[in-house]
Amino acid sequence: MNLQAGQQVVLQRDGVFQLLTVLRERGYRVIGPTLGRGAIVYDELNSGADLPAGWTDTQDGGNYRLKKREDNALFGYTVGPHSWKKILHPATRRFWRAKCDGEGFKFLDEEHEPSKLAFVGVRACDRQAIAVQDKIFIDGKYVDPVYKSQRDDVFIVAVNCGQASGTCFCVSMGTGPKATFGFDLALTEVLENGAHYFVVEIGTARGAEILGSVPNKEANSEQLAAAKKIVTNTAAHMGRRMDTTGIKELLYRNYENPRWDNVAARCLNCSNCTMVCPTCFCTTVEDVTDLTGESAERWRKWDSCFTMDFSYIVGGSIRAAALARYRQWMTHKLATWIDQFGTSGCVGCGRCITWCPVAIDITEEIRAIRESDAVGKV
Amino acid sequence: MASENKPIADDPIPEPMRPRSYRIQRVRQETEDTFTLELEPADGAKGFKFEPGQFNMLYVFGVGEVPISISGNPSSPETLTHTTRVVGTVTRAMRQLKRGDLIGVRGPFGKPWPIEQARGRDVVVVPGGIGLAPLRPVLYALTAQRKQFRRVALLYGARTPENVLFPKEMKQWRDRSNFDVHLTVDRATGAWRDSVGLVTNLIPRAPFDPANAVAMVCGPEVMMRFVVMELEKRGLTDDRIYVSLERNMKCGLGFCGHCLFGPTFICKDGPVFRFDAIRHFFSKWEV
Amino acid sequence: MIHTLEPIIREHPFFKNLAEPHLKLVVGCAKNVRFDEGQMLFREGEPADEFYLIRTGRVTIEAHIPGRGPAICETIGEGDVLGWSWLFPPYRWRCDARAQQPTRALAFDGKCLRGKCDQDHDLGYELMKLCAAVMAQRLQATRLQLLDLYGVRK
Repeated sequence: MNLQAGQQVVLQRDGVFQLLTVLRERGYRVIGPTLGRGAIVYDELNSGADLPAGWTDTQDGGNYRLKKREDNALFGYTVGPHSWKKILHPATRRFWRAKCDGEGFKFLDEEHEPSKLAFVGVRACDRQAIAVQDKIFIDGKYVDPVYKSQRDDVFIVAVNCGQASGTCFCVSMGTGPKATFGFDLALTEVLENGAHYFVVEIGTARGAEILGSVPNKEANSEQLAAAKKIVTNTAAHMGRRMDTTGIKELLYRNYENPRWDNVAARCLNCSNCTMVCPTCFCTTVEDVTDLTGESAERWRKWDSCFTMDFSYIVGGSIRAAALARYRQWMTHKLATWIDQFGTSGCVGCGRCITWCPVAIDITEEIRAIRESDAVGKV
Repeated sequence: MASENKPIADDPIPEPMRPRSYRIQRVRQETEDTFTLELEPADGAKGFKFEPGQFNMLYVFGVGEVPISISGNPSSPETLTHTTRVVGTVTRAMRQLKRGDLIGVRGPFGKPWPIEQARGRDVVVVPGGIGLAPLRPVLYALTAQRKQFRRVALLYGARTPENVLFPKEMKQWRDRSNFDVHLTVDRATGAWRDSVGLVTNLIPRAPFDPANAVAMVCGPEVMMRFVVMELEKRGLTDDRIYVSLERNMKCGLGFCGHCLFGPTFICKDGPVFRFDAIRHFFSKWEV
Repeated sequence: MIHTLEPIIREHPFFKNLAEPHLKLVVGCAKNVRFDEGQMLFREGEPADEFYLIRTGRVTIEAHIPGRGPAICETIGEGDVLGWSWLFPPYRWRCDARAQQPTRALAFDGKCLRGKCDQDHDLGYELMKLCAAVMAQRLQATRLQLLDLYGVRK
């Protein structure tokens, strides 16, 4: 059957495993969800057997636990501590190596062979997060060439969530639970009445071509309805909500709201939120040399606005108080990001709530600020 | 929320994370803690054009990199001039460099001072302390095209008479460029014959028409806050006042996030800002 | 001679809100004065019976420090008002003032005005407000000077 973008077909459980095999045969490194270190993380998948079948997660403020499911769902969980920035915007990267002789700096060429990558199991919130980071690294005056070369041609298999976690709020942020753009294939896993199948929406010609090698059938109206019902059900069971009406102006006029003191008293400035957030992009530049001083390297590493060093200039840190640093993170994420990049920085994935050791909840903080909003104060 | 002035050379530089090799031509101690480096490309290539207010990331091999405003003449881009204080590891290492040593340059970055917007108007230049360094290229540009501007007032505040930067050029600007030059120091020593007091004192009687003037202010943020207040008391509106801000910078390209200031990246939306664009955030603590 | 001073006083921003009868009183207490470069206007501790409106030139406000000599606190220039000690007991100057350049000023008979303020409280209120404004501005300027903003925090 000649498949095309826009079509919806059905795969059986085996078909998904075959899809991964086909990708690997075509030279893709397949990255997807797998069990690791007490969570569901993103790592290289050697086969479909690496998927965390039959596992789910329960999440709440400061809490993440794995739990066995009663069925054998392949994608029956939400998002863990990893996001796709782990690969596209890695935690450490070398910019260059150089030697210095009397004539000048001699740069040793970096080999930047981008891997052919396939991301399997990209949730809608995370797909939006990739788009948000694209705006930073590709759409500005300066383009990050390594990001772009890796980002181009990533094969994306999205998954529409079959359940929401206790900290999910993609519906509030308008980013899910259904993936609506930027995928080669999008799967909705259906388990009902003993059947276990996947409705696959084909996003691109490339996706159609790959899918063509896997046994599939055109989706009938019942199957389409079942998939739709699952997504609707997920949307109705979000763990958190955030009212984003006028959120930019709200935060712009509430820099002095006493709620910041309240959250500052709880926040440990541990920077977990910035590490798990799929859109946080801040990095630092480290220059290192060897003992002879004749060769040097420049590295880029993840950084966090929660550190004292982050805003240090001569005389001291601009954001010395913990209050200022929490406020910076939240105001950037939900407000100033909009002026900078045209979208919110938040995709409603809930990771910051789950992985905060003291369970600070960004949705609750917005609610509290809204309630105590000093209207009219500039 | 970008500042409304656009540089002429708006193209991104190629390979922006790689420092170009430059050679030190001259090191000059200006005051006790301030020094100037004059650089030329080590590979014999042409110097690049820059606009007043832009900065470079200067790299001391193996030590580190810091953002320093260009303090030289934009009409003479063959020599790249930077004036800075010794305030940390990199600047301390930079001070040890001698004529002939190599130094890395990435740039130019940032939005420049509004020379265009000042044409046909009175210009008020208000540097405080080391703030004269990023404004000196403006003074060169105003001198080179003097007839395009009406009155030019230079109101310069320094800490003590010994900390007055570029005293010889100060004299030239007063005598030959036809600027109204007014100096003041916070603390007088020796035989100081000019004003004593913060530079804000010079504004009430500065020679400019608030209905037709542009002000460019650079110095510690506290000083800029009060200078803007005095300028506005004179009737200058905030869409005619420009300030230059400073934050921690690591990449200069808008990627690392260190220079975020409210909705702006100081490295690419600034460092020069029209005051009305940043007024709201400027008044807040620890933003 | 007093008639030529009136327009100068009337137009000066310091006096612009003064009501007509008060203005006439002030004009009546004014005279032109000149100081050569280096000449002292007044010294710390002397009776403060005058205040000045600087018309041209520059005046240094100083404190004499044994072993260091005269230390300049700040400078007063054209258009500035100098002197508020005439209105507050013990009516003695709290600092030295020296003409840094040849200086022309209007001097106002503070002792006479003090008497008139005691009799006419409305006049007193107006002059007190004017003096308070000068002091507030000086205080603010001094605070900023004290911050040593251009120094580097180590």
